[in-house]
Amino acid sequence: MIVQGLAFYMFAAFTIFAGVMVISARNPVHSVLFLILAFFNSAGLFVLLGAEFLAMILVVVYVGAVAVLFMFVVMMLDISLTELREGFLQYLPLGALVGFILVMELGVIAGSWVFAPDVEKHFAAPTIAMKTTNTEAIGSLLYTHYVYYFQAAGMILLVAMIGAIVLTHRKREGVRKQNIGEQIARRPSDTIEIKKVTPGRGV
Amino acid sequence: MLEIGLSHYLTLGAILFTLGVFGIFLNRKNVIIIMMSIELILLAVNINFVAFSAHLGDMFGQVFALFVLTVAAAEAAIGLAILVVYFRNRGSIAVEDIRIMKG
Repeated sequence: MIVQGLAFYMFAAFTIFAGVMVISARNPVHSVLFLILAFFNSAGLFVLLGAEFLAMILVVVYVGAVAVLFMFVVMMLDISLTELREGFLQYLPLGALVGFILVMELGVIAGSWVFAPDVEKHFAAPTIAMKTTNTEAIGSLLYTHYVYYFQAAGMILLVAMIGAIVLTHRKREGVRKQNIGEQIARRPSDTIEIKKVTPGRGV
Repeated sequence: MLEIGLSHYLTLGAILFTLGVFGIFLNRKNVIIIMMSIELILLAVNINFVAFSAHLGDMFGQVFALFVLTVAAAEAAIGLAILVVYFRNRGSIAVEDIRIMKG
């Protein structure tokens, strides 16, 4: 129990520290690196909670794909760091006010809510019923009860992929590319001309 | 103190959510940091989902967290694509200039 508690505090402290650094780091590259740190520590928290599959997905999808995508874009765009920092202190009071109000409200909610007395009746998928590993439990739910949601998630990813390609694809001037349609539509009669050459005269 | 309950995770989620909102206010000029703040907010929501799921013993919280992850990945891809196109056209990523897009 003590080890679990210490692990929670370590992961939580690192997550919050990384979150603070994400929004306050001077260099966007550092922000991305701290975002990766935050995701890693959240994955640790998920493991503590017994959600191993989500923890691994968080590491693979977020650290391996999303954060790397951020890194690519940050490094690809040639942005001046000083220009982006303008207005940082200008918005600090307003941001601090909104953040303070948000923390207060969340604190009020956290201090006063209780579970409904018959909450067990409304469970969608009680864990006690399935004596399996976490991954197996998620799989057995995702591919049966929630298969339409699963398909919808796949559709969202497909649309996002096509959208990203369509948005960033561009026709560049001065680049000669193979046009297969034009090549196939070419007929010998369009391009070849047979000339009678009289001997001794040339064409 | 070392007995970790649901409220600990909810507090962490609340702090992380507030950090995300705060980050959006703080970095008004930098769209990339704003998108990272949105990722932080979604991470906070996921922590809440998984904490409730583990505490109540209901698996649906984790399934839903998976969908949140999916949507967050799609959102990041589209957002960064828009950002790249915008930078290509304008040469900067200042958020204030984006209002020139309105028709």
